[in-house]
Amino acid sequence: MDPLLSQLFAGLSVGSVLLLAALGLALTFGQMGVINMAHGEFMMAGAYTAFVVQLVVADAGLSLMMSLGIGFLVGGLLGLLLEATLLSRMYHRPLDTLLVTWGVALILQQVARDVFGAPNVDVRAPEWLSGAVTLLGVQVPKTRLFILLVAVVCVAALSIVLKQTPLGRRIRATVTNRDLAETSGISTRATDRLTFFIGSGIAGVAGVVLTLLGSIGPTLGRNYIVDAFLVVVAGGIGQLKGAVIAAFALGISQALIEFSTTASIAKVAVFVAVVVFLQFRPQGIVSVRTRSLA
Amino acid sequence: MSAVTSPVARTWAALTTGRGRTALGFAVAALALFVVAPATLSDFRLNLLAKFLCLAMVAVGIGLAWGQGGMLTLGQGVFFGLGGYAMAMHLKLADAGPGGVPDFMLLYGDGVVPGWWEPFRSPVFTLVMVVALPVLVATLLGLAVFTRRVRGAYFAILSQVLAAAFAILLVGQQKVTGGTNGLNGFRSFFGYDLNDPVNKRMLYFIAAGVLLAMVLLVRALMRSRFGELLVAVRDQENRVRFLGYDPAIVKVVAYAVAAAFAGIGGALFVPIVGIISPADVGVVPSIGFLVGVAIGGRATLLGPVLGAIGVAWAQTTLSESFPSAWTYAQGALFIVVVAFLPGGIASLGHLWRRRRGRPDAHQTASPAPQVGLDPGATGAVVDPRPTGPRDPATVGRTS
Amino acid sequence: MSTQADEPRTEGDPQVPVQVGEVVDPRFRHDYLQVRDLRVVFDGFVAVDGVDLTVTQGDLRFLIGPNGAGKTTIVDAITGLAPAQGSVQFGGVELVGKASHRVARAGVGRTFQTASVFDGLTVLQNLDIAAGAARRARTLVRPRREVPPQVEQALDTIGLGHLRERPAGELAHGQKQWLEIGMLLVQDARLLLLDEPVAGMSHDERNETGRLLQRIGAERTVVVVEHDMDFLRSFAASVTVLHQGRVLSEGTVAEVQKDPQVIEVYLGSAGGNRGTTPRRDTTEVP
Repeated sequence: MDPLLSQLFAGLSVGSVLLLAALGLALTFGQMGVINMAHGEFMMAGAYTAFVVQLVVADAGLSLMMSLGIGFLVGGLLGLLLEATLLSRMYHRPLDTLLVTWGVALILQQVARDVFGAPNVDVRAPEWLSGAVTLLGVQVPKTRLFILLVAVVCVAALSIVLKQTPLGRRIRATVTNRDLAETSGISTRATDRLTFFIGSGIAGVAGVVLTLLGSIGPTLGRNYIVDAFLVVVAGGIGQLKGAVIAAFALGISQALIEFSTTASIAKVAVFVAVVVFLQFRPQGIVSVRTRSLA
Repeated sequence: MSAVTSPVARTWAALTTGRGRTALGFAVAALALFVVAPATLSDFRLNLLAKFLCLAMVAVGIGLAWGQGGMLTLGQGVFFGLGGYAMAMHLKLADAGPGGVPDFMLLYGDGVVPGWWEPFRSPVFTLVMVVALPVLVATLLGLAVFTRRVRGAYFAILSQVLAAAFAILLVGQQKVTGGTNGLNGFRSFFGYDLNDPVNKRMLYFIAAGVLLAMVLLVRALMRSRFGELLVAVRDQENRVRFLGYDPAIVKVVAYAVAAAFAGIGGALFVPIVGIISPADVGVVPSIGFLVGVAIGGRATLLGPVLGAIGVAWAQTTLSESFPSAWTYAQGALFIVVVAFLPGGIASLGHLWRRRRGRPDAHQTASPAPQVGLDPGATGAVVDPRPTGPRDPATVGRTS
Repeated sequence: MSTQADEPRTEGDPQVPVQVGEVVDPRFRHDYLQVRDLRVVFDGFVAVDGVDLTVTQGDLRFLIGPNGAGKTTIVDAITGLAPAQGSVQFGGVELVGKASHRVARAGVGRTFQTASVFDGLTVLQNLDIAAGAARRARTLVRPRREVPPQVEQALDTIGLGHLRERPAGELAHGQKQWLEIGMLLVQDARLLLLDEPVAGMSHDERNETGRLLQRIGAERTVVVVEHDMDFLRSFAASVTVLHQGRVLSEGTVAEVQKDPQVIEVYLGSAGGNRGTTPRRDTTEVP
């Protein structure tokens, strides 16, 4: 087994998790400018959804499939609630949304701790996801492949929604020119809400698939949120393509650096690399033409 | 804001608002810190207050960088940690004696002091590093971020990632940093026994003095041309740029000062609290520093200090009796203050005065930069020139 | 510098009318703006396509053109905000490739479409900051003790002396625009690039602004991006018409109005007698 190749697959796997965590952010931060620190807690809510569904539906495979759908709804509804109550009044001060949503994140974590207890809980993976398959001489766990598949499906679905549907056109119109969209008969309020619903829903899905990787706890989201934001920053605002490239670039470089040093050094190295990269491309990997000076 | 004509009214306005009030507040704070608190508090409570003062030092710096400069810095824990670990390394080495090896290295490592630890045997080198390390890191990150004109949100996120990376690095390098346990069990502070209550009181007085000095320094900065320039950069960065200044330098200076304050706070935190660990420096404590600043009033001088002390006190009290209540309270504070009272408690006075229709005296910094509150803007500008159609935004603001 | 464009040009040509003020500060004598083959490309989109422009000292040049003509982009390119290729020289100093604050230090000042003043600071503090780019760090950390003479002078020129202690955020829209021009004066900018300085102003305010520009323009090089045709006819010394990133026509107001190409682009509005203002330029996307 080629160790380099195996690290590459590990990187792809890390990247797909990062991508799932960052995809919703690319929508809410990239398209709407809201810095939602509670995004990680929406993931956590998705993970606990999978836990609860499995309490009701014993069959692991069925419960996983159901959880993907219900998790999307749970995340999406939480996002909708957050948008309607707090964020809708704060679009003109994006930096403050960061602190407000951090407050929401703290509360959601404590709720999870009070409801489910502080210790981690486990969600059983279905039989057909146990074991590994051999690809190019590398043993790849089936769960990892499944997560990669979910990530790909999410990206595909989201880009179809954004590019092909009337909703997507509305989202893009609102992002490009809010006033013009409004005068063209688009309800920007409804568009904002829907965007936030979808973005947060994907966080719920991400949380569900994370249960396949290990036990889950109230601080599950906190471990991913910072990295997810780094992906969006490196990828560039406003396009999914950037987030996809950045997620896999970060995942793979993390895995490759880890291979020759340690995980903690790799983390720092990736951070430094992103800062250096932004020196050359301040707009991220994919930049959108803009007239704005800021 | 109508012109104040009578000298009596002017004096009254100066005393109740602006500089007069600041001087008054400063005198009260000094009295409370140096006389009232040591006379009334037990040794345990006084030591607790000393700890809060260290956290308040970080808050003073955040007030400068965030309140005045508009830079939302989410990584102050890094600078707090750099100062703290520098001090902790020195204390560990000093406890181990000349040529000695700190106890945890014998436990986890091979019992050899790494080369980069050695200079910290020197007290002078340590004290320099307490300030120099945070300033260096802040300057590097600041130059990298601000000269490239990346968006304000990017700075917030990158500073947060820095905090996360720093904490992970500390945990991962257990042999040289103590890992999750951090560095603890210090016996002496520059030769003074840390178990002696008298020396603990001395530490309190040092912390109080340092904090007051920091507040004075920030006050001088806020009143200087640099302070005006910093506010100008916050409000209209491009305008500053096209006047021939490099806004990046202005921001980096304010950011570096904030980092230095955090570093000093961390260094004093170590002997006062007796431990520094990754839990004090990561993402969560770094954002935690902000809540007090936001509550007290980010753009004011004393607001961040009082807010930080108040929040730390509430946290200690609440979590003593109801462990989970504090988390809810902290979350609620973030939401309520930032969403509904962005100017913090300090802006309550303005709101109250405005509601009563009393014009307010001039403020160098508006209390809520991002909402554009104009304190005391009671009427349209009176101008002998014929004025034309106003910008709708302006009309809305001044009415 | 090669010229690729095929339209007739008048750049650097004496037929461009030059108004020279009676008293000229000698250090200003050789200041003129010379733009050669300026190109601005955003991700493959050519916003400015080989523009040549020469504006001499004492000229009051208006840049006009339909939405997307590249007017503001040219100003952005000169001041280091947009990625520029080609050459921009002012007073013999090359500006392309310089950071914005260095362009400003070379004597170039600009305003923005929306007045950008420091709302939280007073009129006086606004002007004082404009005076201080060359200040040393030691001066900066001290409080302000006296009002610099050039600040007093600028307060007088822009007529805001009675509002000096007022926060700029409370000024009327027109007053903010004047304050911004005043900051350029204090800054000692010798090339002024003004982006729609009279947008949103009343008739009287416009005339006031026009006279202000004529007053300060005698010793300086002034370029104005403007849509208001009445304002242009009253105050422009010369006009450059841009269309789709290229120079379409250049000359006096009368010459430009007669140009058939200009009439075609403007659907006759600029050539007609009634001053019709073309669409407001708020959504121009290069």
